[in-house]
Amino acid sequence: MKVLKLVYKNLLRHKLRTALTVLGIAVAVMAFGLLRTVVTAWYAGVESSSVNRLVTRHAVSFIFPLPIADQDQIAKVPGITDITHFTWFQGVYIDDQQFFPRVAVDPEKIFAIYPEFLITPEELAVFKKERNSCVIGEKTALKYNLKIGDMMSVRGDIYPGEWQFIVRGIYKPKDKATDATQMFFHYAYLDERMRQEAPSRAGQVGWYVMTVDNPDHAAEISAAVDALFANSRAETKTETEKAFQQSFVSLSGTIITSLKFISYVIIGIILLVLANTIVMTARERIREYAVLKVLGFTSFHISGLIFGESLFIAMLGGVTGIGLTFPVCRGFGEAMSSFFPLFNVEPSTIALSLVFSVSVGVIAAMYPAVKSVQTKIVDGLRQIG
Amino acid sequence: MNQPIVQVRNVTKNYRRDDFEIPVLQNLSIDVPEGEFLALMGPSGSGKTTLLNLIAGIDRPTSGSIVISGTDIATLGESALAKWRANHIGFIFQFYNLLPVLTAYENVELPLILTNLSKKEKREHVEAALSVVGLADRMHHYPRQLSGGQEQRVAIARAVVTDPALIVADEPTGDLDKKSADEILILLERLNREFKKTIVMVTHDPHAADRAKKIQHLDKGELS
Ligand SMILES: Nc1ncnc2c1ncn2[C@@H]1O[C@H](COP(=O)(O)OP(=O)(O)OP(=O)(O)O)[C@@H](O)[C@H]1O
Ligand SMILES: [Mg+2]
Repeated sequence: MKVLKLVYKNLLRHKLRTALTVLGIAVAVMAFGLLRTVVTAWYAGVESSSVNRLVTRHAVSFIFPLPIADQDQIAKVPGITDITHFTWFQGVYIDDQQFFPRVAVDPEKIFAIYPEFLITPEELAVFKKERNSCVIGEKTALKYNLKIGDMMSVRGDIYPGEWQFIVRGIYKPKDKATDATQMFFHYAYLDERMRQEAPSRAGQVGWYVMTVDNPDHAAEISAAVDALFANSRAETKTETEKAFQQSFVSLSGTIITSLKFISYVIIGIILLVLANTIVMTARERIREYAVLKVLGFTSFHISGLIFGESLFIAMLGGVTGIGLTFPVCRGFGEAMSSFFPLFNVEPSTIALSLVFSVSVGVIAAMYPAVKSVQTKIVDGLRQIG
Repeated sequence: MNQPIVQVRNVTKNYRRDDFEIPVLQNLSIDVPEGEFLALMGPSGSGKTTLLNLIAGIDRPTSGSIVISGTDIATLGESALAKWRANHIGFIFQFYNLLPVLTAYENVELPLILTNLSKKEKREHVEAALSVVGLADRMHHYPRQLSGGQEQRVAIARAVVTDPALIVADEPTGDLDKKSADEILILLERLNREFKKTIVMVTHDPHAADRAKKIQHLDKGELS
């Protein structure tokens, strides 16, 4: 028999208490892992954005449109190699819980400027030709079981009416960070209907995206573009795609900050749960520890018993929690795949969970261990228990 | 004759409670020769347990010296003292103090964790100790499955498993009925006679004290 066996026997003394503590820690570690994953997924969109693309939007907000006529002017700015435009369509597909982006684009340019969306030349050729066709990302195709030739009906909200599209292409993402959920269709299809139904809204686009020859000149080029429209009815704001993405993200920045904060609160809760159990346990055993000391066990052995028990519970809870993190994040990521194209549990999240579990195990045992070691044998033996 | 196994010299022991000191033992000296079976009697609060704890090295005197088998234990540091206790003292408590999560066998094995004995040697020691107390057939029982008398016999086996020269017992029959108490006393006598253990036993029970070779009375911290 070893001291370790005593740790093990002590753990089984109050099976329910040990099990509940382990479970409490496991659930908290899982929640921590999920929150961290949400936070990293949130920033993934920003990380994956290209450095050599600039975005021009309305100076007030990207929800205000810009005249299509601006495109030719911007294209002439030195340093800009190519340009295309996007218009946020949104609409309701099936029901209002289906969130993948639906965007009107220029079929001639989109895939040239976004090489990370991989499409076969054959599909692209058909897409370019057919006015009411669309291309969707692989994930969306999979989720809604859509195939080439299928019809998609979208009820417009920003652009009212019923809209029909034929799927003519399915693009694949170049890497895991690429969003494979979007739906692209012809801007011309949208614009011609606007001309008939709401002429004042025709000839408007959401934002422009340009490629530049040298990302180091992004600031000068942006300034030159915005100077073109200074004091016009639709002043512009041009920035790198990364900055543009960040302006989306920072809209919800406070929420992300809260999530981060909550994830640390959870660590605090784990600590309290475990400390409560270990303090209670050590107090019940004051007399036993005194007996062990009489038999010749030293402070080292006694603290070993307490730290051993605390660490064992913390680690078991931590590992169980990490085990739970993967399926929970997978489920969550699938349910939210249109919000988070990239929803993976990062190795750093696992490492953090482990580090926190071990630290919590150590910290929770500190006070009870010191207290038990300091209790004099004669006082421990007088303890009624 | 050999020099006494226990030499207590001019020991004073005060307990501090809050701001004032409670004097328990004053300038007390006592010798216990090797092979003695001594019963310490005296009224409650007279300091019997305190003296026993000092001899067993689980508490320290305020002043004076305690020499056991030639070692002045008051000079030992915490961990040296713990090690010394493991090798030289067998302690028997009134309330047995077995660990409830361990079987009789494991409870007796407990002091051997600290030794370098092989697995086989440990098993031999534990089995020998348990058969001396007549509980070889109950090794795998937990304390809650044993009677009070049996629990105390397991505790005695635990006290002798490391083969210490000195056994101290604080009211070992205090919580037992007469029949079980007799069994325990016969066992202690045997340990003294057959196994040459020196025993210092505190007791309130004159009947128990009669089993000892010698009786000393402690009153208000003084021996008579
Ligand atoms: N750890 C301690 N802290 C403070 N006072 C103590 C402590 N241990 C004993 N005392 C006091 O010392 C005195 C002697 O106690 P001790 O336990 O030695 O008496 P005893 O002779 O064993 O009594 P009993 O027959 O009731 O067991 C008592 O007044 C007791 O209150
Ligand atoms: Mg006493």
